[in-house]
Amino acid sequence: MTQNPHHNGHSLHQPILLGNARRGYRGVVQAIDPHRGTSSLQPVELESRLIELGFVEGAKVEVLHEGIIGRDPIAVRVDNITIAVRRREAMAIVLM
Amino acid sequence: MSSVESHPFNLALVGTPNSGKTSLFNALTGSRQKVANYPGVTVERKTGLFTTPGGRVVSLVDLPGTYSLRGRSPDEEITRDVVLGRKSGEPVPDLVLCVADSTNLRLTFRLMLELKATGRPLMLVLNMYDIAMRRGVTVDVEKLSAQLGVPVVTSIAVRKGGTAELLKRTDEFAAQATSPAASDHWRPLSTSELRALQREADRIIADCVSLPARPHTLTAQVDRVVLHPVAGLVILVLLLFLMFQAVFSWAQPVMELISGAFEALGAFVQANMPEGLLQSFLQNGVISGVGSVLVFLPQIIIIFLFILLLEDLGYMARAAFLMDRIMGGAGLHGRAFIPLLSSFACAIPGIMATRVIDNKRDRLTTILIAPLMTCSARIPVYTLIISAFVPAKEVFGWINLQGLVMFGLYTAGIVSALTVSALVKFFMWRDYEPAPFMLELPDYKLPRLKSVGIGIYIRATMFLQRAGTTIFSMMVLIWFLASFPRPPAGATEPAIDFSLASIIGHAIEPVLAPLGFNWQIGVALIPGMAAREVAVAALGTVYAIEGGKEAAEQIGQVLASKWSLATALSLLAWFVFAPQCASTLAVIKRETGSWGWMGVTFIYMFALAYIASLITYNVAVAFGAG
Repeated sequence: MTQNPHHNGHSLHQPILLGNARRGYRGVVQAIDPHRGTSSLQPVELESRLIELGFVEGAKVEVLHEGIIGRDPIAVRVDNITIAVRRREAMAIVLM
Repeated sequence: MSSVESHPFNLALVGTPNSGKTSLFNALTGSRQKVANYPGVTVERKTGLFTTPGGRVVSLVDLPGTYSLRGRSPDEEITRDVVLGRKSGEPVPDLVLCVADSTNLRLTFRLMLELKATGRPLMLVLNMYDIAMRRGVTVDVEKLSAQLGVPVVTSIAVRKGGTAELLKRTDEFAAQATSPAASDHWRPLSTSELRALQREADRIIADCVSLPARPHTLTAQVDRVVLHPVAGLVILVLLLFLMFQAVFSWAQPVMELISGAFEALGAFVQANMPEGLLQSFLQNGVISGVGSVLVFLPQIIIIFLFILLLEDLGYMARAAFLMDRIMGGAGLHGRAFIPLLSSFACAIPGIMATRVIDNKRDRLTTILIAPLMTCSARIPVYTLIISAFVPAKEVFGWINLQGLVMFGLYTAGIVSALTVSALVKFFMWRDYEPAPFMLELPDYKLPRLKSVGIGIYIRATMFLQRAGTTIFSMMVLIWFLASFPRPPAGATEPAIDFSLASIIGHAIEPVLAPLGFNWQIGVALIPGMAAREVAVAALGTVYAIEGGKEAAEQIGQVLASKWSLATALSLLAWFVFAPQCASTLAVIKRETGSWGWMGVTFIYMFALAYIASLITYNVAVAFGAG
C-alpha cells in the first residue's frame, strides 16, 4: 500500500485530488473545491452533495476499490462509511 | 381541525437511505400496510396502521430516504413537504421519527439537526442498536438527548419487543401532544451552514458516542472480492445466472401442483355440470384461464425473493458500482441498474424505481428501455413455447437446455435494451454531460426473513389481484369472442371457426402472416395487450374451444403439433420486444407526464418486434425449420 500513488507524478505545488488517487491511497480532506473537475453539477450543488455524504474538511479518506473501466468509479472510505463516486466528481475533493 | 381523539396519531418515519427505516416500518405495522402513490407524482406512499400498548391508533407513513431536506428529486421533495406539514392532502405529522443506523450516525445526525431547526415535534430512533453494540459502539442516550434537545430511544426493529421503548415513548408523547401546525421555518441551507451542521453533529458524536477502536472489517473483507474489478463482475453474472436457473428448476414442483389442482377442478366441473354454455364458460373461460396465469406465481415469488434478498443484504448498491462505467458505455447511469433489475420482475415497479435517478435525461432513457428487460409476465409465454419446442436435455453435463434458451432470451432483452439506450444517447443527447454517480455502499447486513417475507407477500398479493381482475376479465372476453356467435345447427367444422375471434384473427392474419403467425396467434395477441401472460391463457382458450378438453390440458403438445419451429421462434422473438402490456404503457405516460413518450415507446417496440420476428421467421425457414 503506497502512500504516494498519484499517477501523473504531481509536483509539490499541485494539490492532491481524490479524483486522481489510486487504490490504497489514504489522506485527509483539506478542502472542497467544486470548481475543479468536470462534473455536470452546479458547483453549489456538487459541494452540498459531497458534504452530505461526509466529505467535510478533516474527514479521513481511503480509496478502497476502483471500477474495471478507466479505474472508475471509486469506492472511498470516508471516516466510517463507504461512498461510491466517479472520479470527475472526486476531483473537487482536495486532500492533504 | 378535528380533536386529537377523532383522528389517528400521525407518525412519520424519516431517515437516510439504509438507516433500516423500512424494517422498522415493517416491525411496527406488520403486513397491515398500504402501498399507493402520492397524488400527481409516482413516489411510493407507504402507510400502515397499528395500535400502541396504550391503545392509541397510530397511522404511520414511511417517507423516502434522504440525506437532507433540500429535495433534489421528487422523492426527497415529498419527504420535505410531509415533514414540514405542507403537503396538501397529507396529514401534518403529530410526531416525526428520525431513524438512524446506530452503526453509522454521522450523516443522520446532520439531517437530525436540520430537522430540529424546522421546529417540528421530533424523536430520534437509534435503530439496529444490537448490531452497534456488538461492534463496540456505545451511546450515552441521556446525554445525547440533552445535547440534541429531543427525546432519543433505541430500537432493534428486527427483534420481537425491540420496539417496546419506542412505542412507550410514543404513547407518552401522544398523551400530551397538541394539534400540530405546518412549519415555515425551513429554507435551503448554504454550504457553509451544511458544514457547520456537520461539525456540530461530529462534536455531539464525539461527546456522546464511543466508537470501537477497530472498524467493522467483515464488510471490507467481503468487498475485497465482491468489488474486485474482475471477480466482482464474475460474481454478479453468476448471481444473475443462478437467479434464472432457480426460476426454472425450483419453481417446477409447485407449478405442477398448481396446474394439477386447476386441471382437477376443471375435470370436476366437466363431470358434474350439464354440458352447455355455462360449463364451457367455467371450464374453458374461468378455470383454465385464471389457472394458466396463477401457475406462474411461484416463479414471480422466486424473482422477487432474489431481488429483495440482494437489496436487504446491501448488494444492490455494489451492483450499481460495478456496472456504472459498463452501463455508461451504453449511455446509462449506474443507478439505472436497480430499476432495470427490478424490471426483470415487472416493468411497472422498475419504471417507478427510476425515480432514484435524479437526472431527467438519464431517467427517461431508463424508462424507455425498462420494458425490454424480460419481465415475469413473459415467463408464461416463454415457458410454454420452450417446453413445447425445446427438448429438456442437459448440455455440458449440468446445464438444462431449456434454461439455457431462457437465459438466451433474457440476454436478447438486455442486449437490445443497451443498444436502444446507446442509440438514444447518440442521436438525441450527444452533447450532454453525464450525471454524477454518488452512492453510499452500506455495510452488509443479514436479510431478515420477516422483512423479506412481508415484501414478497405484498407483491404476490398485487399479482393475485391482477390475476383476479384484469386477467380474469380479459379471459371472460376471450371466451366470449371465441364462443359467439354459435355455430349453425349441423355444422361440422369446430365451433370456433364461426366465432368473432376467428373473424378478428383472420382479419389481421395478412399483417401477421409474414411473421409465420396463424390467426389463432393473432386472436391471442390482442387481449395480450392487456397483459402478456394473458396471451398464453388466450391460446389455451382458443385451442380448447377449437379442440376440446384434451387440447386445453395439453396446450404445449397441441402447439407442438400445430406450429412449425419457425413460428415458435418467431413468436418468442415477438415477445422479447412487443409492448404487450397496457399497464406498462400507462405507467410510462404517468412517469414521463407525456403521451408523446408513451407513443414513442409503443411505436419503437412494435417496430422492433415486427422486424425481429420477420427476420427470425425467415432465417428459421431458410434453415428448414418452417
